[in-house]
Amino acid sequence: MSEKFDAIVVGAGPAGTSAAYTMAKAGLNVLVIERGEYPGAKNVMGGVLYRHQMEEMIPGFYKEAPVERPVVEQRFWFLGEESVFTGGYKGLEWAKEPYNNFTVLRAKFDQWYASKAVEQGALLINETVVTECIVEDGRVVGVRTDRPDGDVYADVVVLADGVNSLLAKSLGFHKEFKPDQVALAVMEVLNLPAEKIEDRFNLEPNQGATIEIFGDATKGVLGTGFIYTNKESINIGVGATLSGIIKHRLRPYDLLEYLKKHPIVRPLIRGGEPMEYAAHLIPEGGFHAMPKIVGNGVMVVGDAGQMVNSVHREGSNMAMTSGRLAAETIILAKEANDFSENMLDTYRVRLLDSFVGQDLKKYKDATHTFENYPQYFKEYIPMINKAASQFFTVDGVPKKEKQKKILKSLMERKSKLSMVQDIYRAWKVMK
Amino acid sequence: MDIIPRTNTIEEKQYLVRFRADTQSHLHVLDHDICATKCPDKLCTVFCPAEVYKWEGMRMAVGYEGCHECGSCRIGCPYQNIKWEYPKGGHGIVFRLA
Repeated sequence: MSEKFDAIVVGAGPAGTSAAYTMAKAGLNVLVIERGEYPGAKNVMGGVLYRHQMEEMIPGFYKEAPVERPVVEQRFWFLGEESVFTGGYKGLEWAKEPYNNFTVLRAKFDQWYASKAVEQGALLINETVVTECIVEDGRVVGVRTDRPDGDVYADVVVLADGVNSLLAKSLGFHKEFKPDQVALAVMEVLNLPAEKIEDRFNLEPNQGATIEIFGDATKGVLGTGFIYTNKESINIGVGATLSGIIKHRLRPYDLLEYLKKHPIVRPLIRGGEPMEYAAHLIPEGGFHAMPKIVGNGVMVVGDAGQMVNSVHREGSNMAMTSGRLAAETIILAKEANDFSENMLDTYRVRLLDSFVGQDLKKYKDATHTFENYPQYFKEYIPMINKAASQFFTVDGVPKKEKQKKILKSLMERKSKLSMVQDIYRAWKVMK
Repeated sequence: MDIIPRTNTIEEKQYLVRFRADTQSHLHVLDHDICATKCPDKLCTVFCPAEVYKWEGMRMAVGYEGCHECGSCRIGCPYQNIKWEYPKGGHGIVFRLA
């Protein structure tokens, strides 16, 4: 492998494949290096893929891509120990084109998506680990792989190597992440007949639902549980900041089992046959944790650049946009034959200008704040459940008296001032 | 105190997963003395989602064959005592669904 490429992309996830697809389509000579047996073999996601950013890549992709169900309902659960306070939105505009988002199984989807980049002319090499970037005179000129004679050269290297991004770290683009900058998520795929899914989730065929679960799903630790409907299976999972998991001595698989056995959850997944168990980290450090993403001859995209909006569980869409913007910059750089950091910085500027940068900035303090002030998950969610129970239980007590009682019991636990402070703090980081 | 009940389901869960184990470990405890003398809680044995790490009284056993390659141990070890690499190309965990 002594050939020189226009670009080498490390990692065939949504970010890397989007970059490769865009460049190959423009006629660049692109090599994609994937360490898994196939693209997707190492990749995990709860399962929601957003239509908009994917369609910016391939219009009408859902007509041929292996998507599971278009999501027509997004529910939010504030879970107590034996109760739930719910909210959400169901809209049948999401059941038809242009759709909003789809559930997907990543091992299937990523293979399909990478095959589209190959159709555009990208060369995909699986089962190959990039062990380091080759740096000459302060610029990245290629990569070293774990294959014999495995050095490959290119004008630009795109690091799409995921949340652990050992390559960006070894270039000094970021230090080791801290346990409060990543979330550890575990999930299971449970097989269930389509009819059962549709009955239990109140869906027509080819409609899907998502449930995000706060509160008891993580025993009050900052994190969420989720239940997503596929065609003939359900993804159920739970994730929390690694720092929270460590602090509370949680075993992730026990937490998942706790959620599966939770009396509110159990009826939805009853009879589901476990098919796969998966663990993965999610980069949730947000804007403050973003590493340097551009250097001489090198760019960082997707999870490797900490591009996840944990509040809205968006990540793969940000990955796709970052991959596409990086590729568009490389196409310009190729015309100018200039692959300096200065030239490639166009990518960073456009990314920060796009919804990716805007949303990361909007929620830049959210994770940190909710981690430092655990009362939102630990205290308020049980309080909401208790208040709802008291208010909706008909026991002959007049409603006005009920309201007074509920307020009184709230005030016993929290002063008015501390509640106002909590509300203001939450508003400030979410606004 | 455990805030959630212990289960014995990790073995069952791991059976669901396909692994193409390499003959050599991609995970290395750098200094077993640190685990023995400085780390009474042996946190990695708790938070690792695949129970790769098991304390065997004197040293840390590393069942790398069942590793999900998530990276938690590298980031979560309070003594940065774990050298973490990717398994050789094509080896390690192979997700079929996820």
